[in-house]
Amino acid sequence: MLAHLPVLQVLIPLMAAPLCLFLRRPYLAWIFTLIVSGLTFLISIILLQQVMTSGSIVYAMGGWEGPWGIEYRIDKLSAFLLLIITAMSTVILCAAHTSIRKEIPKNRQIYFYILYLFSLTGMLGIVSTGDVFNVFVFLEISSLSAYALIALGEDRRALWAAYQYLIMGTIGATFILIGIGLMYQMTGTLNMDDLARRLPEVAQTRTVFVAFVFFTVGVCLKLALFPLHLWLPNAYAYAPSIVTAFLAATATKIAIYLLIRFTFSVFGLSFSFTTLPLQTLFVVLGLVGIFVASTAAIYQKNVKHLFAYSSVAQVGYMIVGYSMGTTIGLMATLLHLFNHALMKSALFLALGAVMYRIGSVQLSGFQGLGRQMPFTMAAIVAGGLSLIGVPLTVGFVSKWYLVLASVENGWWPVAVLILLGSLLTIIYIWRIVEVAYFKDPIVGSEPAKEAPLAFLIPIWLLVGANFYFGVDTRLSIQVAQAASQSLFGVSP
Amino acid sequence: MKDLFAVAMLSGIYGLLSASLFVTMDAVDVAFTEASVGAGISTLLMLTTVAMTGRSENTVRHKPVLALVVVFVTGALLIYGTLDMPYFGDVQAAANLHVAPRYIQDSFQEIGVDNIVTSVLASYRAFDTFGEVVVIFTAGIGVLALLTFTRRPKGDTEINSLNDSMHEQYLIVRIVSKILIPFILLFALYVQFHGDFGPGGGFQAGVIFAAAIILYAMLFGMSVARRVINQSFVQLFAAVGVLTYGSVGVASMLNGGNFLDYDVLSDDPVAGQHLGILLIELGVGIAVATVVIIIFFNFAGRIGFSKREGNKE
Amino acid sequence: MMILGLYNYWIVVVLMMIGLYIVIAHGNLVKKTVGLNIFQTSVFIFYISLGKVDGGSAPILAEGVNLYSNPLPHVLILTAIVVSLATTALGLAIVVRIKEAYGSIEEEKIQMEDNKEC
Repeated sequence: MLAHLPVLQVLIPLMAAPLCLFLRRPYLAWIFTLIVSGLTFLISIILLQQVMTSGSIVYAMGGWEGPWGIEYRIDKLSAFLLLIITAMSTVILCAAHTSIRKEIPKNRQIYFYILYLFSLTGMLGIVSTGDVFNVFVFLEISSLSAYALIALGEDRRALWAAYQYLIMGTIGATFILIGIGLMYQMTGTLNMDDLARRLPEVAQTRTVFVAFVFFTVGVCLKLALFPLHLWLPNAYAYAPSIVTAFLAATATKIAIYLLIRFTFSVFGLSFSFTTLPLQTLFVVLGLVGIFVASTAAIYQKNVKHLFAYSSVAQVGYMIVGYSMGTTIGLMATLLHLFNHALMKSALFLALGAVMYRIGSVQLSGFQGLGRQMPFTMAAIVAGGLSLIGVPLTVGFVSKWYLVLASVENGWWPVAVLILLGSLLTIIYIWRIVEVAYFKDPIVGSEPAKEAPLAFLIPIWLLVGANFYFGVDTRLSIQVAQAASQSLFGVSP
Repeated sequence: MKDLFAVAMLSGIYGLLSASLFVTMDAVDVAFTEASVGAGISTLLMLTTVAMTGRSENTVRHKPVLALVVVFVTGALLIYGTLDMPYFGDVQAAANLHVAPRYIQDSFQEIGVDNIVTSVLASYRAFDTFGEVVVIFTAGIGVLALLTFTRRPKGDTEINSLNDSMHEQYLIVRIVSKILIPFILLFALYVQFHGDFGPGGGFQAGVIFAAAIILYAMLFGMSVARRVINQSFVQLFAAVGVLTYGSVGVASMLNGGNFLDYDVLSDDPVAGQHLGILLIELGVGIAVATVVIIIFFNFAGRIGFSKREGNKE
Repeated sequence: MMILGLYNYWIVVVLMMIGLYIVIAHGNLVKKTVGLNIFQTSVFIFYISLGKVDGGSAPILAEGVNLYSNPLPHVLILTAIVVSLATTALGLAIVVRIKEAYGSIEEEKIQMEDNKEC
């Protein structure tokens, strides 16, 4: 059984999804999905333990070894991501039944759960596989389910956002496909390890250069790196609340994983950073993204839009850490990956609770909410503090390492800019706090009740995790450091 | 070009032309699939959509500078990349020297199937094919999630009877197709099980099977078709298709092998391979056929809805 | 000489760019979807052309045939065709819903409607 865990991690949610069709009632589907997600979480814990103690796990599908067959390859980076994705999925699902009762029509709810499970499957598959074409297939599974999930949003703008995401996402996936094809043409293989061995011989050809460019651009489209981020704000804002929480916590992380995996383990660090001025390019785009997106967030009237732009900014932070090309820089990115998942899922779930109670997430509707929904607003404030990077929160830990990495690299201006970014974050968080706590409720409106427990429990679990991992950083730092070091050790 | 109907037809022709191109490049399985999917189902879906959205385009034209720049840069980059590529048809190309030769040389001993593409698709890289079945199933669920009616539309029976009365005009087509449909279904079954020896396999068979059902629905009206093909049954059957595929893999694991390792399914590895391939292709065929039927029925069921109900869906 | 060996790829690149152009430049949603389809199909042609071997035949074992074309790209493209169909189907389903919700499938009209609401 233990030897099959890598495939079970992906297989269980995959087979569970069609099974949902046999459960006639949405409530049953919810319980079933929750159990399945919990199982995947347990598996990811075991896998992480295995990988941390005994090194990478390789699993050959169909008994055929790579490069003739498809191999699953779980190393420290993959295991870390598996943990994050499954944990977020399970916690967010706790609030799902209550949330979608008001946001999705009853006869579509079962499809929601099926698509959710497929989205989970796709992401787990991308992270676990060691075959580049397999990445493409599972990327499409997770993307297609994401497009459909977003389109389930109540507002008709969800449809338009989903369509735009579909177009941009498919172009990105097709670019990735082109990159894979070019790589295959020059090396004859699709297995990541094998590619890493064979690419150096042909690394100087124009074809491999173009393959790299197309692949990177495709991934950046999925990553929402400025200026390819245009699909994200609308998609996050108009999707059902649970979908936003889940995607914000996981989707861009997968894209970052792909970027790291390909530049380190397939193309090799020296190739990736020297063929194109990638370091400079990414640092610049990352920083510009941080500032443009944070500024845009300040002017938003819809709070979901605000936090969506904030997510684009956070992607910028992650790219800056990655672009440094040092162990600490990469470690900072991985930490921020972990922390951002915790922060944003808490925030978007809290917004989901607000949506549930007052039916809108316009900033104007937040007036006086601090007193009417104290626990929910406190959670939003806590998440906001984490985003700013106040000490004792996870946000502080990752910002600290980012600044540390920039200073070590001698990139002083970058360190300063990162801190400035936090200032912008303070501004947009303050806007929410001001309206919620310092303004009186709209005259004549019904007082909102506090969110139901189905929301409050997962929200506060995540907020608690925000503080816990901000103080006891052993787990996140250990794993991030080990993953970062092993990636640097592997690349030529 | 303003007429969307023409655009859809041209896209179908493009699909058919690429299918012929594939044949000249020795990719017969791919040509088969592209012809049925690209020239068949895709065009069908586009036409169904155009039926609902209106035939002509109403856009204001302005200079698409950004698009031209992006396209030019991308195209130039690609052409730049081709300069170092091995020539078209080169036997010594890296792609043809590394992984592929084992498939060509050893697949008959290891798997015992003539069609090398099938042995790679269904055995060596069966996990990708599993992912592919999941993709099409996901799309089916997505379409269901988007196009299922939340309320029974008013005047349902009136619309359906309208459909039926129009069909009396197409008597010849109806008679001919009534004769042809069983043969099409039979052909689909033939393609399904013949995939080991010639071009074919689960996907193509599934699409052809669905095409026969769609033909029937188009000519005899949706209400009649709905009586023959029960919607919830088809959905469940689609799930069965995906689960069949997965169960073969699980059976392998229970018998001591890795996921989708067919060698352990029987005492003789080659017999095990045959069994595994047969079962998963069946899963694929069922899943693809049912999903395409679901997608079409949901699209077709929506025609006429927008004209009557307006936009509170 | 080089041109003769590579012209094949160049033609495919042109086809790809036509598809990409249609996706980006046109405002009509159905046309965008068609453009996406063309773009993807051209990528398939590209993949298949890199598997072709001069003098080889289709990769189905047969008597008397010694040289076969590369089967691996065929397998990959079979999968990719199905993925492309899935995307097209989902995309068109969204287009149908957009038409019902907005009354139009022209990008500009939709954006105008959205701006009115803000």
